[in-house]
Amino acid sequence: MKTTNAKTMHPLLRKFGPLLGCIVFYVVIMLLRKADIINGYYMQVMLFAGVNVLMTASLNLVNGFTGQFCIGHAGFMSLGAYGAAVITTMVFKSNSIPEAAQIPVFLLGLLCGGIVAAIVGALIGIPSLKLKGDYLAIVTLAFGEIVRALLRLIQPIGGARGMIGIPNYANFFWIMLFVVLTLWLLRNLIYSSYGRAFIAIRDNEIAADAMGINTTKYKIMSFCIAAFIAGVAGGLYAHVLSFIQPDSFGFVKSADYLVYLYAGGSGSLTGSVVGAVLLTILPEVLRFLATWRLVLYAIILIAVMLYRSEGLIGGKEVPFLRIKRSSLYEQPLFGRKKNGLSEE
Amino acid sequence: MSFCPPAHLFIFTGMEAIALATILQYLVYGLQLGSVYALLALGYTMVYGIVGMINTAHGDFLMIGALGTYFIAKLFDSMSIDGTYPMLAVGCIILIATVMTGGIAVGVEAIAYRPLRNKPRMIALITAVGVSMFLTNFPRALPFIGPNPRPFPTLFTPKTFNVLGASITSTQIIMIVLAAVTMLALDRLVAKTKIGAQMRAVSMDKDAASLMGINIDKVISITFFIGGALAAVSGICYASVYPQVEVYMGSWLGNMSFVSAVLGGIGDIRGAMLGGFILGIAQIFATAINSTFGYAVGFIILIVILLVKPAGIMGKVTIEKV
Repeated sequence: MKTTNAKTMHPLLRKFGPLLGCIVFYVVIMLLRKADIINGYYMQVMLFAGVNVLMTASLNLVNGFTGQFCIGHAGFMSLGAYGAAVITTMVFKSNSIPEAAQIPVFLLGLLCGGIVAAIVGALIGIPSLKLKGDYLAIVTLAFGEIVRALLRLIQPIGGARGMIGIPNYANFFWIMLFVVLTLWLLRNLIYSSYGRAFIAIRDNEIAADAMGINTTKYKIMSFCIAAFIAGVAGGLYAHVLSFIQPDSFGFVKSADYLVYLYAGGSGSLTGSVVGAVLLTILPEVLRFLATWRLVLYAIILIAVMLYRSEGLIGGKEVPFLRIKRSSLYEQPLFGRKKNGLSEE
Repeated sequence: MSFCPPAHLFIFTGMEAIALATILQYLVYGLQLGSVYALLALGYTMVYGIVGMINTAHGDFLMIGALGTYFIAKLFDSMSIDGTYPMLAVGCIILIATVMTGGIAVGVEAIAYRPLRNKPRMIALITAVGVSMFLTNFPRALPFIGPNPRPFPTLFTPKTFNVLGASITSTQIIMIVLAAVTMLALDRLVAKTKIGAQMRAVSMDKDAASLMGINIDKVISITFFIGGALAAVSGICYASVYPQVEVYMGSWLGNMSFVSAVLGGIGDIRGAMLGGFILGIAQIFATAINSTFGYAVGFIILIVILLVKPAGIMGKVTIEKV
């Protein structure tokens, strides 16, 4: 993505530039893959980076733009992963369907996974939204753990052993397509009247309520959309790895996405992309350190939070993820001095 | 990193004949597990009440306490006779481990949390995740500690008593009494002493407390010291009844004690105690039915209670002023 000033660009380039950039990026990657400069391992890391971008961007909608605390996001991901995997491996037996039917089945699986996650997102959202701040965070944490425990109990989908033999339909094209679609959708959503309502709730819920915004409705909506995207991301994850088990969607995974989000900078889609991509690649780069890898990763993470606590990107956006309404960005997200305790 | 209780924790699988003795026996195991949760939750709740942050690294203080005890006991090896230590040596070991863990907690606060005190609390939470990752992986990477579980030395030789058909050991009695006494002492400390008054003042309004001449840094350091020391005690208790220590033991225990603290109303000392015991007992009884369900039941109770009482059992709902 380019960082040239949006105002000086030709309108047509401004409109179709990002699309063109994505196509060029895709072609370059595919050529490098053909030439074997990018081997299968690099490709795998890139696919996971894409899934993590989806997860982080959806978490950003809830935490960064609506100001709610969701710390059990991996729960939605696991629902989506299992939903999609059940459709592709159990309902339509993946090895017995013709080649042409594979892609529709895959998309149907992703859709079902997303819908399951969104419905559960609404179910958990409605009763728990009367809780505020930390208590909401704790309910989402509990939700993630309950989903994990229940998935371990259901034997037809493998119980604690997990599901194997999921077809690996999710190649670079699909991951890239969904990342671009999601970022485009989230950008447009955030700058619509819905997005302004989300941001108003984040900045001051009481004031938003007083201005006639139905805060409950918008909070549930934000939860639902984020859960849907997380469900789709989970479906993609299942079809990249072709193996899923309940324990891989525990609190550790949710904490990973929180780390990506806040290290990249919450309240900025660019931050989500940068945070997810950088922090997916970093542990792989550090692999030569063997057991010291996670120690260094932890130190880097703490250092980033201490010296740049607004995140690496810190509430800024690249031009293509920003719509002209610059007034929304006048105030930096973390510019205000806040007392940790009187925040509520 | 596993967040699931290890299998050796729960000895009962499958429904056995419900007799009074069986129920009593489960109750003893529940209280034993509950006292570990309660001791850990006390530290959680105090840190939350005063600094307002969820210290996800708190469970790792338990691990450091237990591992530290293991190594200090190794140092005192020459004093042991047939694998048992004299009372004085046990006292020394526990004291050193507790003070050391408290010191580490104070250090963590000074390095990682103090600079972020005025930032949004999610930032502190992410830093705490980083600290937790560091505290788990640093001992794991050290060649003389490593990831393998180690047998915990026997500090107390347990005597077994028989009450109405259920057996209870002296270690279990010490643990349960210790948890209750610590809770009472902390409650009195916060309510009656000068440092307790300072803690309450900092908890209420840091800026105003600072203007009244309270050294906020000192009060918060003391809070972290108490929290770390209690975590170490709870780690020693846990390792005495389930005699195995490893670097990952802190994560799921930390999670469960966090749930207990919230269940009782986070920030409330008596609530943390109550939450810990409720959770421990519920978990043991649910595990008797199904081992996976035993892990989930804590979270189910938590959600049900939060929906009925949004601030936990003992917590008070604060009304936001505009």
